[in-house]
Amino acid sequence: MSDTLVDFDEVLTRYEPVIGLETHVELGTASKMFCGCSTTFGAEPNTQTCPVCLGLPGSLPVVNAEAIESTIRIGLALGCRIASWSRFARKNYFYPDIPKGFQTSQYDEPLCTAGHLDVELDGETYRVEIERVHIEEDTGKNLHVGGSTGRIHGADHSLVDYNRAGIPLVEIVTRPIPGAGAKAPEVARAYVTELREILLALGVSEVRMEQGNLRSDVNTSLAPIGSLDWGTRTETKNVNSLRSVERSVRFEMRRQAAVLDAGERVVQETRHFHEDTGSTSSGRSKEEATDYRYFPEPDLVPIAPDEEWIEKLRAALPELPAARRARLREEWGLSDTEMAWIVNAGALGLVSDTVAAGATPADARKWWLGELARRANDSGVELTELAVTPEQVAELAGLVAAGTVNDQLARQALDGVLAGEGDPAAVVESRGLAVMGDSDELVAAVEAAIEGNPDVAEKVRSGKVQAIGALVGAVMKTTRGKADAATVKRMLEERLVSG
Amino acid sequence: MSTPSPKGRLTRDEVAHLAHLSRLAVSDEELELFAGQLAAVLDAVAQVGKADVADVAPTTHAVPMTNVMRPDVARPSLPRDVVLAGAPAAEDDRFRVPRILGEEA
Repeated sequence: MSDTLVDFDEVLTRYEPVIGLETHVELGTASKMFCGCSTTFGAEPNTQTCPVCLGLPGSLPVVNAEAIESTIRIGLALGCRIASWSRFARKNYFYPDIPKGFQTSQYDEPLCTAGHLDVELDGETYRVEIERVHIEEDTGKNLHVGGSTGRIHGADHSLVDYNRAGIPLVEIVTRPIPGAGAKAPEVARAYVTELREILLALGVSEVRMEQGNLRSDVNTSLAPIGSLDWGTRTETKNVNSLRSVERSVRFEMRRQAAVLDAGERVVQETRHFHEDTGSTSSGRSKEEATDYRYFPEPDLVPIAPDEEWIEKLRAALPELPAARRARLREEWGLSDTEMAWIVNAGALGLVSDTVAAGATPADARKWWLGELARRANDSGVELTELAVTPEQVAELAGLVAAGTVNDQLARQALDGVLAGEGDPAAVVESRGLAVMGDSDELVAAVEAAIEGNPDVAEKVRSGKVQAIGALVGAVMKTTRGKADAATVKRMLEERLVSG
Repeated sequence: MSTPSPKGRLTRDEVAHLAHLSRLAVSDEELELFAGQLAAVLDAVAQVGKADVADVAPTTHAVPMTNVMRPDVARPSLPRDVVLAGAPAAEDDRFRVPRILGEEA
């Protein structure tokens, strides 16, 4: 278990990494790939199954048209060639998560091939070549009972829920990605991040990584610098967070370097990633590819998308994330770095929606990356999980711009919104947060501050104008922050300086 | 799939491997017996290779149809008690299966 590791920077002095990713995406269709069972997440175990997805004798699959369209749209968004003739194949293996004894997948005739995805990282662009995109079905979920860790070792038996079995699953396979060097772990992460953005834009999947909608098998290998051949790769399975994708590459690079330094050979194998330690461990070597005994699925006829269908889908593609970012950056007048902050904070959609709701880009960015990011961070939730809508943020920014509230009062209004007290204007009303105008109440507070602090008032009168801050503070205190500091200062000056 | 062995050359090891993949318990005597029988089957099938198909387009399916699809509409599933009635064993509303020695799902 305790692998020897080489320091990451040292790895790069001797070795060149090559990475590759196979990413599985559960499509967001209403029904399964080959039957009408629902795909709703979180249903009671085994309540979304039927003879087809249970593999009962005599049942026959029928392809979900929406899943095929989604796969083609993913292929088009990745610049793939869409096959004019594509077939399903049976991938035979014995494992209880597949009740049929085979997974219906695609083998030598995938729907989409030869695409690419450009990944931006620190101002550089890395082109990731896409080898293929194919459609298959997800497996059931095993629950291992009796083992102390829930992992297989020591499990007495397993319990299987087939609700997930047969949900459409798209597999997106990259070609090997050489040349990233020290950036290899980050390129892997940036690739999955960008792919996720594209899938979101296409609306083909919920892409909730924590629910397993998107999971990557991450291949890593090392070759001595200058070597013409690539090294032996390992495949870290089912990595299901962006951070883990990066960490798994980093760990494998450090581990493999130690193996190679010792004059040993890297074993070609699957490995498991452990979130807690950031390490990988050897999985059991799986049956070799030839042992899957792939053969064409006799129960399904070929999919042959014609040009008209493909072009119709192409024409209906949404604006893709890279184009959208470039357009918004231009519209909002932001620098690349400012835009990158928004994107990295996962706030692009929120900022964009807030601008659409009437806020200035500067205000929208300030709220989401400032106060709201702080609140999300304090509560340990994502920005999108905060109980405030872009429309409400725009309303709040509007109240500040109109002078109805100042920044501090706006934050109090936000408290109310987050507490479910209603929209910002309603909260300002119900909590009495509006700033005081040049009212009698404020005049009284200003005069009380002067009378209550005669020493300070005298200093101001005698020319020490900066002492006025203490009086402003006193007024703000008696008005519980509801006065506008600039107005208060002006009123004090009228009484103490200009005369 | 590995290419079929030349005539009569299916080895005991290959049969044992196939039996393992199919999770079939095959005795030593049966390995010998099946190796011979399977070789005969392969030989019989191999006769297809004698046909002159130079002018014949590959057939991908017995039925010349494409794009048979259904709309993406969810339909009711089977009741769970019916589903689990077909399971060799059930526990906690799930199929209970023996300890898994393969890799983790």
